[in-house]
Amino acid sequence: MADASYPDNLKYHPEHDWALIDGDVATFGVTWYAQDALGEVVFFDPPEVGTTVTAGEPYTEVESVKAVSEVVAPLSGEIVEVNAALGDAPEAINDDPYGEGWMVKVRLSDSSEVGALIDAAAYEAMLA
Amino acid sequence: MSREPSSETSAAVVASREGATPMQRDAAVTIFEKGAPGRRAFDCPAPGVPERDPLELLPASLRRGEPARLPEVSEPELVRHYVRLSRRNFDLDSGFYPLGSCTMKHNPRLHERVAALPGHARLHPLQDPGRAQGALELMWGLERALGEIAGLPYVSLQPAAGSQGELAGVLLTRAYHEAQGSRRTKVLTPDSAHGTNPATVTMAGYEVVKVATNADGGVDIDDLRAKVDEQVACLMLTNPNTLGIFDPAIEQIAALVHEVGATLYYDGANLNAIMGKTRPGDMGFDIVHFNLHKSFTQPHGGGGPGAGPIAVSERIEPFLPAPVITRSETADGPRFDLDHDRPRSIGRLRGFQGNYGVFVRSYAYIRSLGAEGLREASEIAVLNANYLLARLRELCGDDLPLAFGERCMHEFVLSATPLKRETGVRTLDIAKRLLDHGFHPPTVYFPLLVDEALLIEPTETETRETLDEFAQALAAIVGEAREDPQVAQSAPYTTPVRRLDEAAAAKRPVIRQAL
Repeated sequence: MADASYPDNLKYHPEHDWALIDGDVATFGVTWYAQDALGEVVFFDPPEVGTTVTAGEPYTEVESVKAVSEVVAPLSGEIVEVNAALGDAPEAINDDPYGEGWMVKVRLSDSSEVGALIDAAAYEAMLA
Repeated sequence: MSREPSSETSAAVVASREGATPMQRDAAVTIFEKGAPGRRAFDCPAPGVPERDPLELLPASLRRGEPARLPEVSEPELVRHYVRLSRRNFDLDSGFYPLGSCTMKHNPRLHERVAALPGHARLHPLQDPGRAQGALELMWGLERALGEIAGLPYVSLQPAAGSQGELAGVLLTRAYHEAQGSRRTKVLTPDSAHGTNPATVTMAGYEVVKVATNADGGVDIDDLRAKVDEQVACLMLTNPNTLGIFDPAIEQIAALVHEVGATLYYDGANLNAIMGKTRPGDMGFDIVHFNLHKSFTQPHGGGGPGAGPIAVSERIEPFLPAPVITRSETADGPRFDLDHDRPRSIGRLRGFQGNYGVFVRSYAYIRSLGAEGLREASEIAVLNANYLLARLRELCGDDLPLAFGERCMHEFVLSATPLKRETGVRTLDIAKRLLDHGFHPPTVYFPLLVDEALLIEPTETETRETLDEFAQALAAIVGEAREDPQVAQSAPYTTPVRRLDEAAAAKRPVIRQAL
């Protein structure tokens, strides 16, 4: 993905994660900035469906040509779906971080946590 | 060697991109693809004893179905093949190699001569101690010298690498706590730590807990205080750390760790900054590992053989790996022996007594320099790093700023974030382009807490002219990036292989050569 972009319909966590909230289920992934800093991703360690994740805590790891990095959950809940396609094609995290590169869907346990996330403008301001 | 940025440069580089160099055209051909059936480099003389048919001597179950396909080459083919391969490599003997935290200093040739003496080189590892007194005395002497440098008197030379020294250190910590009747679960490491630290902790069965770095590049004391408790077995620390910064709060850190009964572990990766100036033992550390290939001039080489001796305090001593070398006075003078009777030892970590040739070289280095010389080596290592840092701040400080602090110890970390933002040229591109200038790149993208990091360690054995040339090369690359970012982004142009597809290498590694 050539140019930086931070869609307005997403909520952001300062550890460079995004959440797309749809009722009580949210989709998680990493931001354009995160994939750019990681470099080419070569391995995604898929977490198991049913695992509980906690906001601010790591829930999986991605390995790039530079390093293995933890991915932090922007919100708390239980994983209900995992993007299995990333197992064979982890490069989708680089190519399409907000689309094909999504990582997990989580049933939220505390929707009030959404208030702690920041919007695209605030996230971009943080990066500047 | 350095290149002034200009549009002509870009044009020349684009032109050279079209035609490959002879070395690039010479595809990787293995020794198995050379030669011809029946060709020999050497004929064995006729034996002076009756010949026996090997088929009579070897039972059928141990015989191959068909002969192994071994290379059949002439001696010139053989020599040229390996010399050619050696030239495809970048090594310390061909150029400046400022790989941060690796201490790529010159390896004096005197050490090779000493290590090649038949008494050292041909000594059998199973020789009876009574007939290996010289070797045991050398090892005993190296132990004492390392103990003095560390400020911790008890040394084991056994670990075969720095990473095994780390593992030994954490296993010693575990043995120590178990002897106290205490079961602990966590080990603390700073977020600037070497990757081997968390790996070691995990391998030793502990949970890694990261401690944050403060604005000055040292350990965040408040975060340490919040995380250090009775469950913590050890804090692993490098001082100076991977940012090239000496942590002035080390005594306070040691006190906090010792208050909860944990041990303090010193990763000796950066010992080259402090030899003869200060000692880990005096700072409050309990366990230290040494990388003999860094500070003590054992050549770095392809994964081994290496040595990662450890030095420990009195409370850790009973658990050291067995056997230990002992010295006793007899009527005929001192006698050296191996003591296997070590009931509380964590056991043996390696076959025989470790990599003896490595000990000979490091002992030769320590004895050649002496205490004064080692101190001077560290002083010049720090001076060289600060000189290079000052030159780079002058030439390209806005594009490649220092990540933390104002000055450094033996190494420093720059960040290429401003250059990347303005030109799209990132640290990886700078590293690749440096190869075209005849320099090995510094360590890149490490430590992880600095974006677009370049970790530069010049060592004490480089001249001012080399440091100047390197600074000018980096400045030229920055200038070139402003004119035409594509030049660095497509580099290198002059090396045996061009830019590699690192993602494909990680995802689809070719690990077998078809014969």
